[in-house]
Amino acid sequence: MSLLGPIPLADGETLGEQLARRGVSRRDFLEFCGSLSIVLGLGRGAADEMAKALQAIRRPPVIWIQLQECTGCVESVLRTSEPTIGDLLLDMVSLDYSHTIMAAAGHAAEKTLTDSMAANKGKYLLLVTGSVPLAEGGIYTMIGGRTAKAVLEEAAAGAAAVIAVGACAHWGSVQAARPNPTGAVGVSDIIKDKPVVNIAGCPPIADVITATVVHFLTFGRLPAVDADGRPLFAYGARIHDQCPRRANFDAGQYVEAFDDENARKGWCLYRVGCKGPATFSPCPIFQWNGGTSWPIGAGHPCIGCTERHFWDTMTPFYDRLPDVGGFGIEQRVDIIGAALAVGATAGVLAHAGATAVHRHRERQRQLPVVGSPPNEPGPPPPSAPPTKNG
Amino acid sequence: MATKLVVDPITRIEGHLRIEVQADQGKIQSAWASATQFRGIEIILQGRDPRDAWAFTQRICGVCTVVHAVASCRAVEDALGITIPPNANLIRNLIHGMQFVQDHVIHFYHLHALDWVDVTSALKADPAGTARIAAQVSPWPNNSATYFKAVQDRLAKFVASGQLGIFANGYWGHPAYKLPPEVNLLAVAHYLEALDWQRDVIRLHTIFGGKNPHPNFLVGGMASAINLDDTATINAERLSDIKSMIKRAQTFVEQVYFPDLVAIAGFYKDWASIGGGVPNFLAVGEFPEGGINDLDKLYFPRGIILDRDLSKVHEYDHKLVKEYVTSSWYDYPGGDDQGLHPWEGETKPHYTGPKPPFEYLQGEKKYTWMKAPRYQDRPMQVGPLARLLVAYGSGHAEARDLVGGVLKQLDVGPAALFSTLGRTAARGIETMMIARRMNSWFDQLVDRIKSGDTRTFDGSKWDPAKWPATAEGYGYLDAPRGALGHWVQINSGKISRYQCVVPSTWNCSPRDAKGQMGPYEASLVDNHPLARPDQPLEILRTIHSFDPCLACGVHVLDATGQTVAEVKIQ
Repeated sequence: MSLLGPIPLADGETLGEQLARRGVSRRDFLEFCGSLSIVLGLGRGAADEMAKALQAIRRPPVIWIQLQECTGCVESVLRTSEPTIGDLLLDMVSLDYSHTIMAAAGHAAEKTLTDSMAANKGKYLLLVTGSVPLAEGGIYTMIGGRTAKAVLEEAAAGAAAVIAVGACAHWGSVQAARPNPTGAVGVSDIIKDKPVVNIAGCPPIADVITATVVHFLTFGRLPAVDADGRPLFAYGARIHDQCPRRANFDAGQYVEAFDDENARKGWCLYRVGCKGPATFSPCPIFQWNGGTSWPIGAGHPCIGCTERHFWDTMTPFYDRLPDVGGFGIEQRVDIIGAALAVGATAGVLAHAGATAVHRHRERQRQLPVVGSPPNEPGPPPPSAPPTKNG
Repeated sequence: MATKLVVDPITRIEGHLRIEVQADQGKIQSAWASATQFRGIEIILQGRDPRDAWAFTQRICGVCTVVHAVASCRAVEDALGITIPPNANLIRNLIHGMQFVQDHVIHFYHLHALDWVDVTSALKADPAGTARIAAQVSPWPNNSATYFKAVQDRLAKFVASGQLGIFANGYWGHPAYKLPPEVNLLAVAHYLEALDWQRDVIRLHTIFGGKNPHPNFLVGGMASAINLDDTATINAERLSDIKSMIKRAQTFVEQVYFPDLVAIAGFYKDWASIGGGVPNFLAVGEFPEGGINDLDKLYFPRGIILDRDLSKVHEYDHKLVKEYVTSSWYDYPGGDDQGLHPWEGETKPHYTGPKPPFEYLQGEKKYTWMKAPRYQDRPMQVGPLARLLVAYGSGHAEARDLVGGVLKQLDVGPAALFSTLGRTAARGIETMMIARRMNSWFDQLVDRIKSGDTRTFDGSKWDPAKWPATAEGYGYLDAPRGALGHWVQINSGKISRYQCVVPSTWNCSPRDAKGQMGPYEASLVDNHPLARPDQPLEILRTIHSFDPCLACGVHVLDATGQTVAEVKIQ
């Protein structure tokens, strides 16, 4: 019996049940544990304990492939704090393939991948970072002599679900910025026959990535998403509506230039280019690196990195967004949504934006606001948000 | 009969790297390094606002997530004649310093260690023995028998599950693994501990830049304003957090990383005569402690070492850099055997390799997306060893002390530096230097604030109306993986040309017009063993000793077909 490679299990089956199904007697199994415990230097006395643990243990298989990308999303996951990356790798999942941290290389790495895909067909969770360059037959990213597209299609074929991690896997990101020299596209442009959830951001916050994985492992399905495939638990709120500097925006208190007197008072960054009014992201709520800070919190405008095509629609980064009103914003959000040029997403943006504004207004009634007009009643709360994956 | 061997993907690196070799009787005879990803970010930059360029180039790499952003800011500031305030320079040094320290520790434990450490052997260790070994080399408080036993139990449970995850199909039991089980357990414990440590200390980036990876930067300085009397700015609470992180970083490097490195190196002294490769070294210098052009105030000096001769440090002149595409999937209009300065001509991507899926690239005239930069037509190594040798040759006191100390502990001569082991040791030595130096940058920042200087940004040239019609600039930076340069040309407020020459382009470069191998390739054929072609552990050791960063290395010049004037460098 080989230790090198995951053990195939049917749904809901433990290793002990599987061995029984395959006709392995308990006696044989205990003998195996006995010899294994000696190989591992634990002594024969550990065999019973090991048998008990082994029969119950089953970590869900996860395969992580990296295509055309910068590895920033993997680095982000290494920063996860709840759970920590050590807990995730050792206790929660069986990460059978990860280019960046796996021990094996070359043929041994590819064998690990093919073995896991075969053994866990239909059951593994596939994480993808990086875009898929389609120009010139895919020669702009090749792994093991194969194109990124071929690698993705093969890995996705046997996956239970696919999580596209980061802006590159979401829609192509920086290499898909005008003029997109390599023809880069996102995962959901290639994989059409199974659920793909998009963890937006360049990179996404570590805890959003791990929370999505944990959601799948805990509830057996992917989280509900918006029209752009982004989980609502993370991307359901607009930065502008959750921003601690929102009161300054509403009061007309703006940073006019970096490091000016107003910047040193932590005022609103809208006039130096903040894209918070057009960006759906949990940055102000979850914050970054274990809640340490976030871009606006460190004095830099939001660059809108969770939105599709932000390298083109949000640039120049230091130009201010047009037509962001202080109050009555629910009437302007359609304009902003349209400016994002994301088609079907716009309606959801407007929808969620209006909701968040409504919620914000509820809170704001208690806030002292300098020189502001009285609040108007907002639109009625929307019905349940649209979802793609249920 | 030589064996043809392909290792693709090379894992535990950034990006997509393929190594092919021919080996015979346990030795590597020939080698080809191939980068198999191309993104074209420099093409994408054309016509954009130069103040945005840092964010685009930062996305070249999420591992060295700081280096391209800072090099880009420096290039644009050079072009527009912007002098950033001293506070902003100190903050950038702190951010880049923590990038070095965190990145090198991650490289050692999470990318490189498994080449030297047999994880499965750790299960056979006596935890009390590990504690005794650890106590001899370090006062680190976690190094107790109880602690190592807990790690071993956790590992045993993991292995017993039958699901080896990231450790599956490693070359465990390979005869090239030489550590006793107790030392393997020591390394595995610190592999896990370093995962928690790196997450904590990198928060320095989050305080100044709002996030990591990909913290925010700003042409003209830094966006994080300083005000001791506000909650939303850099204040005493934030400074105190930063100081604690610097202390924790330094303590971990001094008490865990560095002692582990020396202890492990002691079992692999044969690797001090393997994999030396290219004998020339280039450092552009880093950590400006005065103005950006006060080259005599760089903490790591600029210079060149030729033919392993440490008695003479040569001056670096960027105009002597030429890039070849003889073996690369690009065309030069005047023919592919000429070398061109990065600004001299057009380069068109032109893939001529086999149609994927394919088995071999060896035998192809062109075999990589990486170009071949040469200095005075010589290949050059860049990175920690190059920086350390240039510092050593320049009489840098801390470099000489630490290098001398390590050579003495290992009981080897200076020639040992020119090797696979030398590159790995140099990375640890410079991490010590930087971790200690960060204290002085922090103290200077606090002193300036105390004296009433809180400026972090120079906005005098922020408005494009104040820019000249055309401008060009150069931003240097010595990154964790080596010498980096960004060149920018600005025309009517927009980027007309952008070019990066990147550490991994030097190190991963292919053969040039003279047939000279690049550093990866040359190291793999320098007295290089390969015991089992089906388990190419030794190849990983040498390639990982360079800490490859492939996304950084592959880029493209100008695809517009225009003739480009040579950029003037101050």
